[in-house]
Amino acid sequence: MFKEIKENLRHWAKQIDRPLKLMEVCGTHTMAAFRAGLRSFLPENVNLLSGPGCPVCVTAGDYIDHVIRLTAEPNVMIATFGDMLRVPGNLGSLEIARAQGADILVVYSPVDAVLAAEKYSDKQVVFLGVGFETTAPTVAWTIQAAAEKKLANYSVFCAHKTMPQAMAALLQSKEVRIDGFVCPGHVSVITGTKLYTFIAEEYKTPCVVAGFEPLDIFQAITMLVQQCAEGRSEVENQYQRSVKEKGNQAAQALLAEIFEPCDAKWRGLGVISGSGLQIRAKYADYAAENKFAFLQEKLAAPEPIGCRCGEILRGVCIPFECPLFQKACTPANPIGACMVSNEGTCAAYYKYAQKQRKV
Amino acid sequence: MCLAIPVQIVELEGTQAVVDMHGVRRPVQVNLLQNPEVGDYVLVHAGFAIQKWSEADVAEYHAIMEEMNAMDEKAE
Repeated sequence: MFKEIKENLRHWAKQIDRPLKLMEVCGTHTMAAFRAGLRSFLPENVNLLSGPGCPVCVTAGDYIDHVIRLTAEPNVMIATFGDMLRVPGNLGSLEIARAQGADILVVYSPVDAVLAAEKYSDKQVVFLGVGFETTAPTVAWTIQAAAEKKLANYSVFCAHKTMPQAMAALLQSKEVRIDGFVCPGHVSVITGTKLYTFIAEEYKTPCVVAGFEPLDIFQAITMLVQQCAEGRSEVENQYQRSVKEKGNQAAQALLAEIFEPCDAKWRGLGVISGSGLQIRAKYADYAAENKFAFLQEKLAAPEPIGCRCGEILRGVCIPFECPLFQKACTPANPIGACMVSNEGTCAAYYKYAQKQRKV
Repeated sequence: MCLAIPVQIVELEGTQAVVDMHGVRRPVQVNLLQNPEVGDYVLVHAGFAIQKWSEADVAEYHAIMEEMNAMDEKAE
């Protein structure tokens, strides 16, 4: 299969007489492509850019600062996925707050946060709702469960985001030319492939939904190059074993019940209209900002001096062009969010790119 | 964040299932699936099954993994 894909890729790439820039949107794709050394198999004129699909990386600094302030409140327990711990804000990170005594529970599943609220009835348990369409239904479930159980000590500090608006924002900005998107596999499991139709039709940019094995990604890249060579811009599905056209309708219904679209702030991309999810008024009791009003305050969120995470998330520059990369900013001492997450572009380059011919 | 391996449902009670992940048993919510059954292969994200895989889907996954393992051995 690999040989065949490689030959096809060469065949189609030869028919294009310009450099192609394809963006893998999802952080897991970024990491998988690097781990397998996929870039070294690409023809000279095919380049991979890493996009804004690492949920931790695109979480705005002021969100982290709000959470740090929250940890100082009496009887508050923060429940979170582990990768949020080391993300730096201006007030430090959750890891530092925990070392100073903050009550922080790392969970594998949002279900564990609800269980914690039941167990520790004297605590206000606040779950950090960070992630895209894949994670949002699981957090929606916790709100529904808390409402059914009438749990008065559970809430979600919601910063969920939705992918396609960010992809459109990148195309609109025209800061960097993107010839095609390797679309996120598990976002698409939930949403279905229709989600990207407007990108293919209105922006004339090919989209291929890809699975997570290196061969899946390699094949998706080949499908994109073929679309470019044939002058097509369509949504194609390489990951048919998981992604169905209509997606997971139970998950979509749950999302629609609990959340509604809102404008959202992305690290590096700014505020993108309609790219976030907020908790509907019906479930306002479970929105952390209604329990802790200071979470609604606007905070300044300057990026660390010299840090180019914003441009890296937009595909405008690569980590080697950042003055901090590998010097002041390393996985052991991350300054920017893209170095923190193990799905971040800088973490991927740090770990793999130095050894590979082509980045 | 996205773990894309198929795991099998080995126990089921209401919307709560237990899956077998390479010998490790984990509780999983299956309320996002239609008609889950013991023996189904599912995709799990953050403690929730988000999609069922058919036998053919699982076979495709194993074919891909076999080819990649063969490439690894060749490289070594």
